[in-house]
Amino acid sequence: MVEPANTVGIPLNHAALLKDELDIVIPTIRNLDFLEMWRPFLQPYHLIIVQDGDPSKTIAVPEGFDYELYNRNDINRILGPKASCISFKDSACRCFGYMVSKKKYIFTIDDDCFVAKDPSGKAVNALEQHIKNLLCPSSPLFFNTLYDPYREGADFVRGYPFSLREGVSTAVSHGLWLNIPDYDAPTQLVKPKERNTRYVDAVMTIPKGTLFPMCGMNLAFDRELIGPAMYFGLMGDGQPIGRYDDMWAGWCVKVICDHLGLGVKTGLPYIYHSKASNPFVNLKKEYKGIFWQEDIIPFFQSAKLSKEAVTVQQCYIELSKMVKEKLSAIDPYFDKLADAMVTWIEAWDELNPATKA
Amino acid sequence: MSSSEINKNEVDIVIGALNADLTQFLNSWRPFFSGFHLIIVKDPELKDDLNIPEGFDVDVYSKPDIEKVVGAANAAMFSGYSCRYFGYLVSKKKYIVSIDDDCVPAKDPKGVLVDAVSQHVSNLENPATPLFFNTLYDPYCEGADFVRGYPFSLRSGVPCAASCGLWLNLADLDAPTQALKTEQRNTSYVDAVMTVPLKAMLPISGINIAFNRELVGPALVPALRIAGEGKVRWETLEDVWCGMCLKHISDHLGYGVKTGLPYVWRNERGDAVESLRKKWEGMKLMEKSVPFFEALKLPESAVNVEDCVVELAKAVKEQLGSDDPAFTQAADAMVKWVQLWNSVNSSG
Repeated sequence: MVEPANTVGIPLNHAALLKDELDIVIPTIRNLDFLEMWRPFLQPYHLIIVQDGDPSKTIAVPEGFDYELYNRNDINRILGPKASCISFKDSACRCFGYMVSKKKYIFTIDDDCFVAKDPSGKAVNALEQHIKNLLCPSSPLFFNTLYDPYREGADFVRGYPFSLREGVSTAVSHGLWLNIPDYDAPTQLVKPKERNTRYVDAVMTIPKGTLFPMCGMNLAFDRELIGPAMYFGLMGDGQPIGRYDDMWAGWCVKVICDHLGLGVKTGLPYIYHSKASNPFVNLKKEYKGIFWQEDIIPFFQSAKLSKEAVTVQQCYIELSKMVKEKLSAIDPYFDKLADAMVTWIEAWDELNPATKA
Repeated sequence: MSSSEINKNEVDIVIGALNADLTQFLNSWRPFFSGFHLIIVKDPELKDDLNIPEGFDVDVYSKPDIEKVVGAANAAMFSGYSCRYFGYLVSKKKYIVSIDDDCVPAKDPKGVLVDAVSQHVSNLENPATPLFFNTLYDPYCEGADFVRGYPFSLRSGVPCAASCGLWLNLADLDAPTQALKTEQRNTSYVDAVMTVPLKAMLPISGINIAFNRELVGPALVPALRIAGEGKVRWETLEDVWCGMCLKHISDHLGYGVKTGLPYVWRNERGDAVESLRKKWEGMKLMEKSVPFFEALKLPESAVNVEDCVVELAKAVKEQLGSDDPAFTQAADAMVKWVQLWNSVNSSG
């Protein structure tokens, strides 16, 4: 049985890494009590809270946190008609936070995620690990059997080509979860009691050309390098699908990162995931996705971006055209999604006018 | 998987003896080797007699035996670290587990000795998942599963061709790295097994490895010898080349390669700085190999392992032969190896 860490008494770190360059984006519909436990690690940072659901409800933010909060009314006001690309009644709405941020880095976390303990019992500062992951290179072109070669105590193994040892810039740091694992509904139904108790002490780069299921519960990324690709799609209210927002973003992000020569890491840090969502509710949301992903995966595996696509936005627009062309036949939803992908980029560019080439 | 669940009759443990005195080595592995058949191949260049403790079911092969089977002209293929490949050749079992003779069992974080043999066989017996990355690593192990977003059609996996283990204490670093960080020891026990994705290249170390001989035996090629190859791992690349071939062929045939557990504890041997004094050929050869393997496409017509090796050898000769004689030699050795494999394994 694994338990969350007790963070009472951990001193606040005033010299927290990148505290003026990173925003923490949190989608919520209930409350932000979980932030109390994260206080020693997260208080130095600015929060962007995206309030989903009923905008008339007030979300209480614990004392001492510096934040900006957006509810649905704010989203509609800021984006006007383009607000249609932001999901409602689904945590996918969090990507609005990415769009309005002005920082270089984003850390996003769910409101049912607490601080984990490492095997020695020490509280894991997840954000600090994410920052370390993002600040050091990735190695997608050749797999290192000792995992992240840039970590303290590790290195490249014998046979690892020297010309590849500089690595590439890291765009994404994908963290994991102890306790309630991120299973789909069928697996949750079959194994309702399974808990993840295995602490795998590694960070690794996902090789170029390999897709993975990106979970949005404990995720950080370099907004300047890959931000526009982090669109979490059309989910929730009025949509035929849910719980595929982060998956969709992850597949788009990986294809684009591979094309642009950026790295994606997975592994540490762990957070403690406390709440198992209702598997029957999940099944209804995921149902179509389970069938659709059989076609979506080959689509992404064979997606080839053109040489002319050199910015993230260009790559993303190209991808949206391919989605419209190749996936609309599966369901008209993909036609809508392709349009929403374009709207997202338009909105992104409007809110983030180009300051560099 | 406990060792009682493994069918010991399906496994050969192949040890290449580069040291004459195997007493400490075999005694330390006794709890995990007993009940298994061992094949010990003595490096033909080793002059002293082997010292093997009692109580093992073992067949020992030395230079005369090697020459008898492959002919004197071919015996050079099996010198140094490559002697173990002779063991792969003459084995009759389904699985091979091979560990360098300077390694002993490691301890896991709970202080329990790791049964590397059981872990390797378990890795080989469970499917691999090269087509999509599972973020919780091995989905078939106790307490884990496929995560949300993992396509259902890919959840039965593919056959596992090889299991690449790791090393605590002295990791398999190259000479320049170890010479620079003389005090560095690997103390990180990463509790995971994972499949190396399709098309991803990796350096496979021969120090602690297992494979499905029935599935991919001929792909374990003793081929690349660097000039001045020596008796310490820092002075060889044979396993790394073998691994590049093995991974490429596995990818082509739809098999998987796993990496991670088990760990072994690797002891000090040799001097990285000394090894540095020799011109490090390996570095140049790896640089040339990487773009070659990256671009290589085996023909659709290569549907079995032997054909794949022959096609690969052809491509090596054509595309790399002019870069360095080591590659031409490797290509010839690969072809010869397949011939030997077929002749040894068809008779009887």
